[in-house]
Amino acid sequence: MDKMIARAAWWLAALLIAVLAVAGAADTGFAIHMGIVALAAVIGLWVSLTRTDYKAVASGAITAPDQSRYDDDPIRWGVIAVVFWGLAGFLAGLYIALELAFPALNLGLEWTTFGRLRPLHTSAVIFAFGGNALIASSFYIVQRTCRARLAFPGVARFVFWGYQLFIVLAATGYLLGISQGKEYAEPEWYVDLWLTVVWVAYLLVFVGTLVKRKEPHIYVANWFFLSFILTVAMLHLVNNINLPVSLLGAKSYPLWAGVQGALVQWWYGHNAVGFFLTAGFLAMMYYFVPKQAGRPIYSYRLSIIHFWALIFLYIWAGPHHLHYTALPDWAQTLGMVFSVMLWMPSWGGMINGLMTLNGAWDKIRTDPIIRMMVMSLAFYGMSTFEGPMMSIKSVNSLSHYTDWTIGHVHSGALGWNGMITFSAVYFLTPRLWNTGRMYSARMINWHFWLATAGIVFYTASMWVAGITQGLMWREYGADGYLVNSFAETVAALHPMYLLRAFGGLLYLSGGFVMAYNVWQTIAGRQRVEEPMDVAPYDAETDRPLVAVPAE
Amino acid sequence: MTETTSKTIERHKKLERNVALLGVFAFLAVTVGGIVEIAPLFWIDNTIEKVKGVRPYSPLEQAGRDIYVREGCYVCHSQMIRPFRDEVERYGHYSLAAESMYDHPFQWGSKRTGPDLARVGNRYSDEWHVQHLKDPRAVVPESVMPMYAFLADKELNAGDMKASLTALYRVGVPYTKEDIDKANDDLKAQADPNADAADLQKRYPKAQVRDFDGNPARLTEMDALIAYLQVLGTMVDVNSAAAQEDLATEKGR
Repeated sequence: MDKMIARAAWWLAALLIAVLAVAGAADTGFAIHMGIVALAAVIGLWVSLTRTDYKAVASGAITAPDQSRYDDDPIRWGVIAVVFWGLAGFLAGLYIALELAFPALNLGLEWTTFGRLRPLHTSAVIFAFGGNALIASSFYIVQRTCRARLAFPGVARFVFWGYQLFIVLAATGYLLGISQGKEYAEPEWYVDLWLTVVWVAYLLVFVGTLVKRKEPHIYVANWFFLSFILTVAMLHLVNNINLPVSLLGAKSYPLWAGVQGALVQWWYGHNAVGFFLTAGFLAMMYYFVPKQAGRPIYSYRLSIIHFWALIFLYIWAGPHHLHYTALPDWAQTLGMVFSVMLWMPSWGGMINGLMTLNGAWDKIRTDPIIRMMVMSLAFYGMSTFEGPMMSIKSVNSLSHYTDWTIGHVHSGALGWNGMITFSAVYFLTPRLWNTGRMYSARMINWHFWLATAGIVFYTASMWVAGITQGLMWREYGADGYLVNSFAETVAALHPMYLLRAFGGLLYLSGGFVMAYNVWQTIAGRQRVEEPMDVAPYDAETDRPLVAVPAE
Repeated sequence: MTETTSKTIERHKKLERNVALLGVFAFLAVTVGGIVEIAPLFWIDNTIEKVKGVRPYSPLEQAGRDIYVREGCYVCHSQMIRPFRDEVERYGHYSLAAESMYDHPFQWGSKRTGPDLARVGNRYSDEWHVQHLKDPRAVVPESVMPMYAFLADKELNAGDMKASLTALYRVGVPYTKEDIDKANDDLKAQADPNADAADLQKRYPKAQVRDFDGNPARLTEMDALIAYLQVLGTMVDVNSAAAQEDLATEKGR
């Protein structure tokens, strides 16, 4: 009972502080945000009051959670959150792709301009879709590979809901024009602080579970998760040192300016890719691929080498976002050299994943989840080849500032991160809801083809758009003058923007197929369908050919 | 497996059995690159070559910059001209590090859906900017830029510019006490054609003082944004670079 009262008191205190902050807010955006925090506190208070089992409390018979079971509630919520935020992020992406093709879609409203919706899209897919996938799968994997129940169950629940609050604050902030103007780090100072608290709690739960493990060795997936959590904490803290103008206002100014600001930002930005979207997702790969294939990881030695090489080299690659800028040349060249070297450890991960299928390659034909995993690793390999290539200064002089970059990140994001997350969702859902299998394996196959076709349209159109743009900008006529005005290069891209939006539409449709499939699975239904793994057999034709006499 | 590699793997097993060791090693591995690449930028002199003319933004320009950041202009416009013939001909002299030394945050950008803006100042008239921001396709038919007509309707509500300049001062922008004390007056004076702006222009050399949005009766967000756009790239005389003998005395050469 005391515990419950204490918890309610915490919620009340949070509510009070939020309401006071609304009252004293220096700007509307901050007031709305504190209103959202107050609403979250009300919900928290209401849940903790109504969910308490008063009878059990009164009789003193609170049952401790069953220690012989894994703690899977936050993971179930996480899977649903992944599907939900995925759809939201893909939808936002499709909309802004259409805005570039048809600018009237900006609607002339301040909340729906490309400039405000684009961070909404990137944050929704990276931090909401990807972040929830990482948190949920890390909680699942760390329990299974440690043979231990999740440490600090209350903190784990805080991590999940605290992270959702971070997403809501960030997303609404972009629409309201609350941004610190740094790519992939747009949330303002107080949202950054909140994320720091959540992240430290996440580290606590993860390391706590590792500490109570029943297995002597820490499994390779957990090395990647651990380095991802630690490094993201470091990047987030250093890149977001800001000084708020007012403690009751949204606006702040970053400590870093100019050249130093640029390199700190891209040290952060590139390693958001390196650790959030690579190390963390490699951890998922290291668990789900061997599990689904029913084969051990191909090479233990390779996993050691490529783990240390990957995390050591990635951090150096940031300056390749600043080639030929006012960043000192030595830093650019250093960044380029390390980016090229990074190709090898990246492919180490791809090889380790693909070769795990040795002896199980037939499953590509019969198991649509394996098919997704293989496609995901293939895109990981392609984009980690393309990345080092684009970081070479002479290539970058053409590709930088163009849509080629956009195509490159999407081959990684849609192909690698998206596909491995989808296969994780298909792996987890039947296990977490104990339904034996997904509602429909054939729908997984449809999803696979919709997503793959979508990526092909997307990346191919962006290659063409990027190279067109780059070549048109630098085109000189025989008279020695620039051939194209900037406006002409914009007009030339219109067909490519249409094709890109079509690719996005395919990818989004695949997402809807997944949402339906997951929903039906959770509802406990199983689609009656032909299995994927049976070669066609027709008893009628299975007989010897008998000569038929001519008439 | 050779003998040394198998020994290494045996040693690696220590890390695999100890969370603290694994965490410490993993953290050490990811700190090196950042330290080697970023830290020297703070003490090597030639990271930012000194050039004459760079000054902190006036309060109105800074308020416009805050709107530029708020609207996410950087997602489509760079402010960093690379030293290539075509870029220099298209946009002007390549960008110098000093030109963004007071930019908190820097807005170099990473994508040019629209053209670079590092030297857009004084290239177009205020009227052109107003027209273009309200309806980009009225002046550039091929444009895919959103319409920003709402900026002209919104009163400039920059908050207390003294607080903004104080915060900027604390992160390293060399505003004087006078600049900070007069920030709110400066904000209004710069957009007021009737104001006596001699003092403002003494403290902020080359600051352009006039009504920017075509409506002298109101101080709008459009005024501030255009004041910012019109100062971009105009502070520095790019042809007056420091002499080599001065550069030779710098640290890190």
